[in-house]
Amino acid sequence: MIDAPNVGLLSLFLASILTSNILLANFLGTCSFISISKDFKSSMGLGIAVTLVIGITSAVCWVVLRYIIEPLGIEYLSFIIFIIVIAGVVQMLEMIIERFSPALYMALGIFLPLITVNCAVLGVILFMQIRKYNFPQAVIFGFGSGAGWWLAIMLLASIRRKLDSNNAIPAGLKGTGITLITIGFMAMAFVGFSGMIAVQ
Amino acid sequence: MSAPSKVFKDGLWYNNPIFVQVLGICSTLAVTNNLRNTLIMVLGVTFATSMGSLTLSALRELIPRKVRMIVQVLVLSFYVIIIDIVLRAYQPAISKQLGPYVGLIITNCILMGRAEAFAASNPPGLAFLDGLANGLGYGWVLLVIAAIREFLGFGSLLGFKIVGDGFTPWTIMVMAPSAFFLLAIALWIANNHKAKAEAAKKTAAPGAPAGASGAPAPQKS
Repeated sequence: MIDAPNVGLLSLFLASILTSNILLANFLGTCSFISISKDFKSSMGLGIAVTLVIGITSAVCWVVLRYIIEPLGIEYLSFIIFIIVIAGVVQMLEMIIERFSPALYMALGIFLPLITVNCAVLGVILFMQIRKYNFPQAVIFGFGSGAGWWLAIMLLASIRRKLDSNNAIPAGLKGTGITLITIGFMAMAFVGFSGMIAVQ
Repeated sequence: MSAPSKVFKDGLWYNNPIFVQVLGICSTLAVTNNLRNTLIMVLGVTFATSMGSLTLSALRELIPRKVRMIVQVLVLSFYVIIIDIVLRAYQPAISKQLGPYVGLIITNCILMGRAEAFAASNPPGLAFLDGLANGLGYGWVLLVIAAIREFLGFGSLLGFKIVGDGFTPWTIMVMAPSAFFLLAIALWIANNHKAKAEAAKKTAAPGAPAGASGAPAPQKS
């Protein structure tokens, strides 16, 4: 953490949403993305849940990394520790939401456990570790990536509402196939942002 | 068809993790613009699924149902850590290029999918074979995609240049969108092939159940 990269917070936020979108540029979280985007409402719920979880876990994992893993020199255990932290945060978030907002819990409930094994969450944390972000950068990067994922799933869910009732699509390409092609076009559109801000 | 050979054929084709279950495409698509990196990732995933399935199947009587998920994740991350350490020691350059994607094998849905759908209810030997077959079934599809992307994007295979200087590289093949397009095309070809095989089977033996039934495809990430 000595040499945090020199990127402004705002540009890091925009970059993590647009230019290096966690889903469209880094392919993370594709599985649940494809299966959930069938349904507009569920996409909304999962998008909010993922954004919350990534934002909170990246903050918690930064603290764990800086004050537990690095002083003890147990970097080789970091995968296991991160997974446990993610599972713990998800569990706690589930309990807190259930306690304070039963309505939100009904909407998000089934998605929360799924998030533990969502690649996007672990991916963001590993990127944060490798790029040596400082605390504000880690939090901004976490929320930005979550928001990027949310944006992508909302866009795809809206497109799929029209797509799934279209009969012109060849039988072999229906469902997952045409969805993948749609994601490809979305990724191409997002590549168009890449001249604006660079963060790697 | 005996059980081991059925398990193997299911993994490689009839219940292929990519074509049928649509699992695990997250982490490895990102490295398919380069054949060598893909090969390393595929070997890693195959190692982790087969050994993970073996271990979890051997332990299946001992794991309480309530904490099953977390035990599965911990066992799988143990194998992924081994892969990471070996790569760092012997191939530091590749390890650096792959970056977070080695660690992301843990959340590769195939690992959890097989652990849950097969290893949780089958003996260790068969579970190992199932993990191996699924890893290989996933691997060959990704290797084909990687070969196409590297050839069109760089004009090379495994880093060796194979076309002359007159070749204009397809820049799109190096970037993210092409992976989605190629996977969709592969899926299309596989679906068409399957539909044809099913139709042929129906006309040959009316009333016979069409298609091979594998383990139920888990729909989770």
